[in-house]
Order: sequence, then C-alpha cells, then structure tokens
Amino acid sequence: MNSRKDTPLQIITKILGYLVLILVALTMVIPFIWMVTTSLKQPNSAFAYPPQLLPTEIDFRNYEMLFTLVPFGRYFINTLIVTALTVVGQLIITSLAAYGFARLHFIGRDTLFVIFLATMMVPYQVTLIPLFLIVFGLGWINTYTGLIVPAISSVFGIFLLRQAFMGVPRDYQEAARIDGASEFRIYWRIFLPLNGPALATLAVFAFMGTWTDLLWPLLIARTPEMRTLELGLAYFNSSTSAFRQTNWPLMMAASVIVMLPVLLVYIFAQRYFVRGISLSGVKG
Amino acid sequence: MEYSGNITATPPHQFKEKNLWQRFWSRSNEKVGYLFILPAFTHLLIFLLIPLIFSLYLSFTNWRGPNPQNALFIGLENYQFLLGDRRFWDAMRNTAYYTLLYVPGSMIVSLLIALVMNQKLKGIYLFRTLFFMPVISSWVAVSIIWITLLDPQVGILNYVLQELGLPSVNWLGDPSTAMIAIVIIAIWKSVGFQMVIWLAGLQGIPVELHEAAQIDGANRRQSFFRITLPLLAPTTFFLAITGVIGSFQVFSPIYVITGGGPRGSTDVVVYHIYTRAFEAYDMGYAASQAWVLFAVIFAATLIQVWYRRHQGEGSLF
Repeated sequence: MNSRKDTPLQIITKILGYLVLILVALTMVIPFIWMVTTSLKQPNSAFAYPPQLLPTEIDFRNYEMLFTLVPFGRYFINTLIVTALTVVGQLIITSLAAYGFARLHFIGRDTLFVIFLATMMVPYQVTLIPLFLIVFGLGWINTYTGLIVPAISSVFGIFLLRQAFMGVPRDYQEAARIDGASEFRIYWRIFLPLNGPALATLAVFAFMGTWTDLLWPLLIARTPEMRTLELGLAYFNSSTSAFRQTNWPLMMAASVIVMLPVLLVYIFAQRYFVRGISLSGVKG
Repeated sequence: MEYSGNITATPPHQFKEKNLWQRFWSRSNEKVGYLFILPAFTHLLIFLLIPLIFSLYLSFTNWRGPNPQNALFIGLENYQFLLGDRRFWDAMRNTAYYTLLYVPGSMIVSLLIALVMNQKLKGIYLFRTLFFMPVISSWVAVSIIWITLLDPQVGILNYVLQELGLPSVNWLGDPSTAMIAIVIIAIWKSVGFQMVIWLAGLQGIPVELHEAAQIDGANRRQSFFRITLPLLAPTTFFLAITGVIGSFQVFSPIYVITGGGPRGSTDVVVYHIYTRAFEAYDMGYAASQAWVLFAVIFAATLIQVWYRRHQGEGSLF
C-alpha cells in the first residue's frame, strides 16, 4: 500500500511503533532467556548479583542430574502416553459426533446438540469433586486410565469439527451414497481427509491443554511413578522439595524440558493455533 | 444436483405427517447418526452430566473423604454455614480484587499493543510469535521462572527497580503486594492472546471510516474514541466477560507460587475449594462452595449470551 513516500511524521510514528514492540518483545522473551541461561549455570552463580542474564559458563550437568536425581525420564514418558492417547481419543470421538451432528438427520439431533453446547457453560470446578469420586469409585486413581479417559472427548472439539464438516459440499456425500458407501465409509474416506486443517487445529489444542494440565494429574497421580511433567515440576518447587530455594539451575533445566515440546509444536503448528483462537474468539 | 439427494436420502421434512415411532423406523438410514454420537454422548453422560447432578447432591451432604461412609443428607446446612464462613468470603474478596486488577489491566495493555500492531509495520508475524510464547507456555514453568525473577534479594525485577532509583519490593512475601505480583504475571502471560482478539476486531473496522473522519477534520484521538472504540464494543465485551470468567477460575499460579499466602492474601476461590475438598477432604461443603462459584460464572455467561443475542451475532448458544 506504500507506493507513495512516507512523510516524516509517518516515519517517526513507525519508529516509535517499533520501539514499543521491541520493548514488549523483550519483556515477553527475557524470562525465557533467563530460564535457559540459568539452566546452564552452576547453583552458586545463579544467585549472583547483579543477575547475569547471559551465562559466563555453559554446563549441561543440570540436565544430566534431572534424569538421575529425579525420575524426569519417567515423567516425560507418562506425559507422552497421556497426551498422545488423549489427543487421539479426542480426534476420534469428537469427529464421529461432529459427522453425526453435521451431516445425518435423526430425531432429537438438534436437542442433543443444544445439550452438548449447554454443558460448555459449566465450569469444571463444579464437576471436579464428583468426577474425582467417580474415578475413585471406578478404581482408576493412580492409573493412566484415570488420567486419560475423563479427557478423551471435548464439546469444543465437536463444535469446531461440526462447523468444518458442514462446509463440505453435499454432493460429495450424496455421490458416495449412490455408489453404495456406508455412512462410516463416507466419514472415514471423505470427511476426515477433507478436513485436515480443522483436525490439526483440534489436535494442537488438545495437545497443549493436556501437556500443560496441572489440576487433574494432581488429583489422580498418587505416586511419583505416575506423575506427569507438569506435576513433577510443581512438586519440584513444592515446600517439601530440597531444591526450591537452593537449586535454581536444576529447576530451570526442568522447566526447559517441560516447555520445549510445547514450544516446538507451537512454532510448527502456529497457523492452526491462531485459527483455533479466532474460532473460539469473538465470532464464535 | 438438486435431485441427486432424493434418491437414497430423503430430507426429514417429508415425514412430518408420520408419528415419532414411524419416523424412527422410516426408510431413511440416517438413524446410524445415533451410533456416531454414542461415544461422545456416553462420555458426556458419565463425566459431565452425572457429575453435575452428583455435585448438587453432594452439596446437600456432609460427605467427607473419598468414600461415602457416614455421608448424611443435611439439606441446606452447608449453604447456611457458607453464608457466615469468613474464610470463604475472604477468598471471594481476594478473587474479586484479582479480577478488578487483571481484567482492565490486561485489556488496556493488550489493546495498546494491538493498536501499534495494526499500523501495518513489517515483521508483525515475528512479534506475534514472540508475544504468544507466554500464552502457550505451561503455568507451572512460567510460575517457577517468575518466582526467581521476583526474588527480593537477587531477582531481576528488583534489580531493574533499583537501577531506576526505585525501592525494591518483597513481591511475594508481603501480603499487600503478593496479589499484585500474581496479576502482573497473569497479564504478562495473557496479553498475547488478548492482543490477537483485539487485532481481529481492529481489522474488521473499515478503513474508509477513519479516512472519512480525517477528511472531516477529526484528529487521531477523536477518531479513536469516536470510531474505533465504539466499533470495538463486541470485542471489548467478549474480552471483559471471558476475562471475568477466567479470573474466577484462576488456580495454577496460586498453587505453585504462593499457596494462598502470605497470610491468606492470595487465597482465591478455586484454590480455596481445592484445599477444602482435597486437603481437608470436606467434599460436601466444598461442593456447595463450587455451586456458589458456578452462580457467579453463570451470571457472567448469561450476560454474554444476552449481549450476543442483542447484537444478533451467530454464536455458540
């Protein structure tokens, strides 16, 4: 749009704009830089004053200690198992329901859909205690089942995929029916492949939500072997932990390990993430 | 293509004269739809609808611990006790304080950033990516980083304050500043998200309006307060209501950073319910507290639903 030259005033405005953005960017990024550089320090130099943002030494021993002193490898595997199964479960269950709601006519469909949507208004705190009691009654405390099954469906996901499925032209469905395809086959062979971006958006959201969940694992995981990364990190920092006040570098190394997969997914799947934000946002 | 649909699948409106039973067993094979939603519905039933009713029942009992032994139906006793429970209302007041600081604070900061971002500068995507890093990060990791940044002796924040000639603050150790510290962290973590929502709202405003205003002699300030802000009303409303709802549900940073302290100054309502239910195991009473919280959040949600209807927007509900 800038075929004409900027006036001096516009140039000054632009420079000011960049200054503001750079200042904000520094505020956003410095805590992360601090995390990474501190994770490479030795315990004593972490408490240096004035604080050293850039490390004078680079020492990966903290990362080694994480996996020897604390079962961080185990936490990582637990988180991987829980997250992967939750994401896959959500993709299957919500896409099936979304196809039913979007493209099949049956009695009571719209009423059922309204019931689903209405439950989105219920804050999770209200159902948390009975949910815990039910999971307890089922004998799922301290199990993967208890961590995964309550989270393998999502009304938000159904809503998101239903919107996407409704955008697929009717002709595709009708043509496949004429060819004798079953509804399941139409769902599996036409609707899923055509809606890759929407499925990816849901997968990214489910991944982020599960990977960084604290409260549910806090209630379900009773022994260290069942902890997720997020929970392990929280215990690391708890008042009973020997590291809370004394070993910042180790805690920062743990934070890096927890955060890295999420940051990687975010960087590679950014467009799906932003799409999801705008879907959940103003225009609903 | 209009006709192709009627060969195998008959639209439902042609059955109108038949009764429910006949419609159910009619020629349409789309009853298979029930099978498609069965897994999701079963899940909803077991993990949401039943817990919801169970939760209401719990709130009328003195259920303690995970096992139902000795759980007695005590009617409204929990709710009566709750009315006079100072610790609960302190937690509510703390939550309200958090909300009053966080919602306007985060909205103003993110709007200012969005206004700068909307200037068609180059490299916006890089900035957006950076601003979004806190949004996607885990609350626990972020909390731990901030504990070290806010350290009263060697923390970076106090170092910066001292360099600027300001007194250093015992952020998390002082009951009068602990909540402010939590709000600062929460704003830092969420402005990227709110900024994206503002930006979407800003980009929906036709450029012609501002150009017309400029021709009519309006300055930038007038143009902002008379055109931009009124047209952003739906966005403002959305962010305010979702901000309030989110504020009443804040848990992770409190759990990790302060544990409700010092001296109860950051004991917010969800953390309070958590300690009641899962540390004191007073589950019946905690359930009644959760229903009071639900009432507050539900009121905010209803206002939002009403507003969306009022605006005639396509919406979730």
